Amino acid sequence: MAAPTLTTPTAPPAASGPRKRKNIFRRMAGPFIESRGVQRFMLLTGLTLTLVFVFMAIFAPLLAPFHFDQYKDAAGEFARQAAPSARNHWGTTVDGFDVMSRTFWGARTALEVMILAVVFSLCIGVPIGLISGYVGGWTDRILVLIMDALFAFPYLLLAIVASFLLKNTIKSGIVVAAIAITVVYVPQYFRVVRASTLSAREATYIEAARAIGARPRTIIRRYLFANVVQSVPVIATLNAADAILTLAGLGFLGLGIQPTQAAEWGYDLNRAVADAGAGIWWTALFPGLGIVLSVLALTLVGEGLNDVLNPTLRRRKSRAPKIQTSAVGPASAPVVEEDVRS
Amino acid sequence: MSDVVLSVRGLRIWYGTNRGAVRAVDGVNLDLKAGETVGLVGESGCGKSTLGRGVLGLLPEGSSAVGEVNFGGRNLLTISNRELRKLRGPSLGMIFQEPMTRLNPLLKISGHFEEVLKIHEPSIGKKETRRRALEALRGMGIPPTRYDQYPHEFSGGMRQRIMIALALVLRPAVVVADEPTTALDVLVEAQIIRILADLRANFDTALLLITHNLGIVAEACDRVAVMYAGRVVENGPAFDVTSNPVHPYSRELLKSTISLSTTALHSIPGAPPDLVSPPPACRFHPRCPDAMKICAAQWPPNVDVGGDRRSECWESARGDIPTGQDAPLEREALATSEEA
Amino acid sequence: MSRTAGSLRGYILVRIGLMVPMVWVLLTVVFLLMRVAPGDPISATLGGKLSPAELARRQHALGFDKPILTQYFEYLGQVVQLKFGKTITDGQSIGSIVVSNGGATLELTIAALLVAVLVGLPLGLVAGRYRETIGDAVIRVFGILTYAAPVFFVGLLCQLLFAKNLNWLPASTQASAIVQATAPVTTHILLLDLVIHGQWGDIGDVLKHLILPAVTLGLLVAGVFIRLVRVNVGQALGGDYVEAARARGVPERKVVTRHAFKNALVPVVTVMGLQVALLLGGAVLTEQTFNWPGLGSQLLKYLNNRDYIGVQGIVTVFALVVVFVSLIIDIINAMIDPRVRY
Repeated sequence: MAAPTLTTPTAPPAASGPRKRKNIFRRMAGPFIESRGVQRFMLLTGLTLTLVFVFMAIFAPLLAPFHFDQYKDAAGEFARQAAPSARNHWGTTVDGFDVMSRTFWGARTALEVMILAVVFSLCIGVPIGLISGYVGGWTDRILVLIMDALFAFPYLLLAIVASFLLKNTIKSGIVVAAIAITVVYVPQYFRVVRASTLSAREATYIEAARAIGARPRTIIRRYLFANVVQSVPVIATLNAADAILTLAGLGFLGLGIQPTQAAEWGYDLNRAVADAGAGIWWTALFPGLGIVLSVLALTLVGEGLNDVLNPTLRRRKSRAPKIQTSAVGPASAPVVEEDVRS
Repeated sequence: MSDVVLSVRGLRIWYGTNRGAVRAVDGVNLDLKAGETVGLVGESGCGKSTLGRGVLGLLPEGSSAVGEVNFGGRNLLTISNRELRKLRGPSLGMIFQEPMTRLNPLLKISGHFEEVLKIHEPSIGKKETRRRALEALRGMGIPPTRYDQYPHEFSGGMRQRIMIALALVLRPAVVVADEPTTALDVLVEAQIIRILADLRANFDTALLLITHNLGIVAEACDRVAVMYAGRVVENGPAFDVTSNPVHPYSRELLKSTISLSTTALHSIPGAPPDLVSPPPACRFHPRCPDAMKICAAQWPPNVDVGGDRRSECWESARGDIPTGQDAPLEREALATSEEA
Repeated sequence: MSRTAGSLRGYILVRIGLMVPMVWVLLTVVFLLMRVAPGDPISATLGGKLSPAELARRQHALGFDKPILTQYFEYLGQVVQLKFGKTITDGQSIGSIVVSNGGATLELTIAALLVAVLVGLPLGLVAGRYRETIGDAVIRVFGILTYAAPVFFVGLLCQLLFAKNLNWLPASTQASAIVQATAPVTTHILLLDLVIHGQWGDIGDVLKHLILPAVTLGLLVAGVFIRLVRVNVGQALGGDYVEAARARGVPERKVVTRHAFKNALVPVVTVMGLQVALLLGGAVLTEQTFNWPGLGSQLLKYLNNRDYIGVQGIVTVFALVVVFVSLIIDIINAMIDPRVRY
């Protein structure tokens, strides 16, 4: 039997130091970096489109060639229902407004309503969900019944009714639309937050906190909130997307924002219905695309986030490794069992 | 002397992760004889489940396997998927760990049996199918009146028995049972183990029983293989290995087993090794109470220790250790919460 | 330890029992919403147009001068007897409005649901089976697009393309004028009436008019189905019982169809029920776009005339329809899925 060759043994793996606390940016960027393939594409596309939309909305006054209710410029009045031309790049509406300007300004309106609606819904829905889930009992049961009833309502109808009722009391059309959307979305947040709270409530660390005498307020604030908040970003993006759709829907039905107050895509589409009969397509296409792209952007971000934050759905592509069977030195596993002395 | 029906040689199964390849099974030899029950024990994460699945070709995506799994004159790792699928059921069977979720909730028990029998034995008619299914179920203690019920109407223990019946209805030559009783309570566990033990007596099934419970091994198995960090470190007759283990890891495992006569708790210090870059030379040396200098320097030989037993340990090959290398190994105290 | 199967009948009874509080809450919500605005419905609608004496007389006739709680209970009582009152502006009974216009909405929603099922389910199955491939990505984006593009925009595009440009299909209304004038009226459901009376020639005309609106609305819901089925199939394919089936040598094709698809489709029945709310909301928009003579158009008419009773009545009917449909869906679901029992 040959004597074993004694070469320098391969050193044991170096012990890694204590893991550095990942700073918050790395943690937030984690899902984006780890996502692969389709998910990543969707997320990035969504983000890019969203940024374009926000940019367009914020800088509308600078980007749009004219004001949204401007029907003439220095050279005179615009032709009505004119096809796209050098003067009006995307054509004009039946009232002589420039379509391109109205589309840009419409983005601004959409953004305003969207932000308001999301903020309102979050501020109302999340706390109610948390409290209801944690406190339980009759409060919870009643709230659940009310929220379920609201949830079952066709959401557009609810928004229609809400805006119908508020139109005369609140002057700002934007606020009315935002409130109408909030009414529809509070039950959504409530449901999700309550469900998370219910499952987190039974977690052992909550029990431990109770055992050391923490007050319910502290428990909710410190422990539950952080865990429950995880599910909220996805709903928030979908909420934002729905807000734009609902706003457009209300505008289409004539219940939205007054045309003198702001440009709104849904209202433009309402006016475009009559144009369709005459084959005029530019009054419908551009505002419509505005809606589609902005909702698409937000939904992509929401779906991408959902895929990435939900570990069960996340697929980390793992490639099958190439198994090396070449032994390196006497310290490594033998290639063939017969190599080993017996 | 019964025949070897399944022979594993030099099997390596590695998983791909973003940290590197996890060497779940890193060179394993194993033989299964007809009518014999071989226990496969080890801590969680030692690779025994992977080994069991690898034998049947049920590995997840992102894994590679090389080596030989010889069955019926063929290497199961190299045959086509189609061929392998044809073997599953009639020749190779699997019993899974968690019985609650292993049956299709929308399919009656009868539906499960009809499916598997129709696929592998399409010629037998409905009556014969039913007869065979009921016979298999009766052997497990499930009355025929419950044949047309849905899975959710059965308890965990009964579902596991149904799974076993499903796995056995085609009388496969080899069955792999992956921790079949871990999710069940002690009384049900005893029933299941008795059923599996009966297999030995009644059919010629070769059973690979994967478990972390040494007690089951002592009771139900003919032979046992002890796994650590992807390698089989000791194997031999079950009674001998469990009453008088040779490998330090087997000894520690046995000492850690809790029984009615346990007065103090014993545990093996440290945690299972990182399978991406396992310790060099003997993989157990960081935690071994009897480690010597050579254990960290050179790969231990696989030694025949008599009585049809083998152990992969320097302690069984003292004669081959160069002078001075058999001094106790100096290491730092292990932190009890070492991350694997 | 065997569990006896709960009875289907028991489930149905309990479920119907649960519906009562839900309906009650819905009605209360509708009532409260209607009373949010200051004053009573009559003044709000006709305030400026009537003399104070006439106003008072009408208020008294409809019971608006009674204390609010009394009005509430009277409202509940009336609804239970299916008496929804008469509209203020044109004195129609809500009941008759529902009867004469409900049929058109029914036609539209059922046709749309059909389209959604035929398009959404297969696409969802395919996407779920081939997750993380290009095909899956395309289908997913398609599903998001159909949701992002508002019904009225899609409707407008369809009108422009198929009606105006290609001239294949009619752009609006339920049927051409002649058919509408000569159709017999029995059930008030146009298609059904034509079939009953055997006017086969006219059916083609009606169907042609139905295509564009049904496809427009159906695509919206199809997107939801795609998303749901895809996720379910993905989960099922990764499930434990699927792995166990593979371990028994069941061929992949059978595993996919029998174990994954079938199980994935079961929840779809429930979701279909939830989509009724979406469908009804979308129907209102679709009817406006295509000039479709359904309940949605009526709702808009009364909205624009600020006719509170009209709006309240139709909205109540919509809400009740949603509740009843979800009841039926739940029962069907219980029949399919043996695990759903009380």
